[in-house]
Amino acid sequence: MKTYLPPKFIVERDPERCIQCQVCVNQCAFDTHYYDAEDDEVRSRPDSCVGCHRCVLFCPTQALTIRRNPLDYRENYNWRPEVIEDIIKQAETGGVLLTGMGNDKGYRIYWDHLVLNASQVTNPSIDPLREPMELATYLGRKPDRVEIDRDYPGLKTELAPQVRIEVPVMFAAMSYGAVSINVHESLARAATEAGTLWNTGEGGLHPKLYEYGNNTIVQVASGRFGVHPKYLDVSRVVEIKIGQGAKPGIGGHLPGEKVSAEVSMTRMIPTGTDALSPAPQHDIYSIEDLAQLVYALKEATNYTKPISVKIAAVHNSAAIASGMVRAGADIIVLDGLRGATGAAPKIIRDNVGIPIEMALASVDTRLRQEGIRNQASVVISGGIRNSGDVAKAIALGADAVYIGTAALIALGCTLCQQCHTGKCAWGICTTDLALTKRLNPDIGARRLANLLRSWSLELKDILGGMGINALESLRGNRLHLRGVGLNETELEILGVRMAGS
Amino acid sequence: MTKKANRAVKIDASGLLYRELNARLREVVSNGTQRIELRNVCGQRYIGTDLGRPVEIEIFGTPGNDLGAFMDGPRITVRGNAQDGCGNTMNNGEIIVHGHAGDISGLSARGGKIFVREDVGYRAGIHMKEYQDRRPALVIGGTAQDFLGEYMAGGILILLGLNLKEGEHHKANYIGTGMHGGIIYLRGSVEAFQLGKEVGVAELEEKDHQTLQGFVGEFAAHFGYDAQAILKHRFTKLFPLWIRPYGRLYAY
Repeated sequence: MKTYLPPKFIVERDPERCIQCQVCVNQCAFDTHYYDAEDDEVRSRPDSCVGCHRCVLFCPTQALTIRRNPLDYRENYNWRPEVIEDIIKQAETGGVLLTGMGNDKGYRIYWDHLVLNASQVTNPSIDPLREPMELATYLGRKPDRVEIDRDYPGLKTELAPQVRIEVPVMFAAMSYGAVSINVHESLARAATEAGTLWNTGEGGLHPKLYEYGNNTIVQVASGRFGVHPKYLDVSRVVEIKIGQGAKPGIGGHLPGEKVSAEVSMTRMIPTGTDALSPAPQHDIYSIEDLAQLVYALKEATNYTKPISVKIAAVHNSAAIASGMVRAGADIIVLDGLRGATGAAPKIIRDNVGIPIEMALASVDTRLRQEGIRNQASVVISGGIRNSGDVAKAIALGADAVYIGTAALIALGCTLCQQCHTGKCAWGICTTDLALTKRLNPDIGARRLANLLRSWSLELKDILGGMGINALESLRGNRLHLRGVGLNETELEILGVRMAGS
Repeated sequence: MTKKANRAVKIDASGLLYRELNARLREVVSNGTQRIELRNVCGQRYIGTDLGRPVEIEIFGTPGNDLGAFMDGPRITVRGNAQDGCGNTMNNGEIIVHGHAGDISGLSARGGKIFVREDVGYRAGIHMKEYQDRRPALVIGGTAQDFLGEYMAGGILILLGLNLKEGEHHKANYIGTGMHGGIIYLRGSVEAFQLGKEVGVAELEEKDHQTLQGFVGEFAAHFGYDAQAILKHRFTKLFPLWIRPYGRLYAY
């Protein structure tokens, strides 16, 4: 069938600059550039270009430019090019449209409508360069009250397991199979260096990464891939995955072409088989059932590790979160509308779930109202872009955040949204061995650790400006936030006042 | 092996919460005990979890949900019925149930064997896996409810239907729906409409007979049946039609 899909990008090769070295041919994973042996010339076919800019960055003479194909259809606000092209694609395939990364639609980003406070005259700001600043965060269930044994001296109260992280930013769940082993290694090493945690996602943990176990959150999801006693033993935290922001209510289908020999070993399914994660966990149909799995994992780890439960932020998250805490979760994770994925049906990614800012505010409020906020740490994820977002999230009530997309960008991702094809030219979202090699874990770990260092320094600046010397004092302190351009309902849900009031 | 280690340690579970009972089990197992007898078990969950050694546990009474969840090594004999989630994500070991087992028996099992003398509930054997020589098996003496072997990615599931009367069918629907690995052997008949869209039906080959001989032999030995009499009946083999059942669902 002749496709009616126009090329998305225009590839321009400057003949003056091009030295015919074929670096672009080798770098492109989508066969956009090719060497025409007959004419002895490097050429391009723009229809397969995904706009990942790998060739642009690696061209030694800067001969390449990739521009968006302007696609000047007649102007129509309803029938935009994306809408038209999706229909064309479906008419030609009859399939569910797949995509990668997070929701790219224009839903309001509430972080951009929240501003932070600073000290002026009436209280002094602090200079973090010379004064101690505390970003350390303890994740885990906190007791309702503590009793002190004065003779001992120490705590009489037995504390639930706590995990100290030096910066309130952790790496979000990205499974081995979706991302390459070198991504996992980069994340593991960077988390270890920075004193924070990374998350295996639901695809198991490669044995060579067991040594980073102390900084590892392992996931138990509906497919139970790679879940065995050693996996639980080496970890610091065990996370039950109920849902993710990019595809609430949807299971995962890791396509068979990404199930390589090594992925097959970690997931325990034959090579080339689809790795299917059912939509629900079939042992969890209720809060009581969730409690059963939470305690199964506590039993399996002899009550030595916090158990986390991750859900996608949906309409009744606050009530669900209350149930999760009562089910014994020590950490609850909310993944918002903008949470990303290695593959999801586009229609789900773009239309299901609620903004994380709203979910966080309503969950924190609800848990406080019920007097159980201390019983679980709250972690959020889904579209956290910078330390400003982190500070606002903490002020709205989060204990820590997960970053996924931001971490991948640090590793080279340009958000071309082709993760589901397994052909990532940056060696990130692929299991192809040749592509995987493009990401050197030494460099990857360095880039990620640098990112965390930058954000830590900035967070300290933000805190210092507010006259606060410990992140703990900002946590849930919504008086440090003001809203800009928000209506009354939005302000009420967020629990913040309008700027100027 | 010392005499002490060989002696069965008896634990009276009456009035014990599961956490207390399992703590007690960890303690006796870490002392090198090889055989444990649990009396008056009444609904305590997670028995056999986090023991990590090939100990023998004999349970009198009714163990609770998630019997042998994440289990790695023990061999559990239940003199009674098991509840839901028996063998949940089990890694290795054996569970022998002299009675019925509930829903999702063998959920996501990665290895080991489960023998149930009577019936099982819904979604038994869901998402069992296998890798090379790690091949879990679930053998059910009676019959099963819907979604037997759903999403199966590996392993062996055998349904014997010994309690079906002459001419009676298995009643489960959606058998093997979403199956993309492993194998199911059914003794007794099912109609085509009872099968999931993703399974094919085939006659047994020589190696299937060998597999059945082994597992049915073990089953018969556990519960005092005559293996040859069971094997005389006709078996049907269900296998996944595709290793990528949903590969054509998507537009890339």
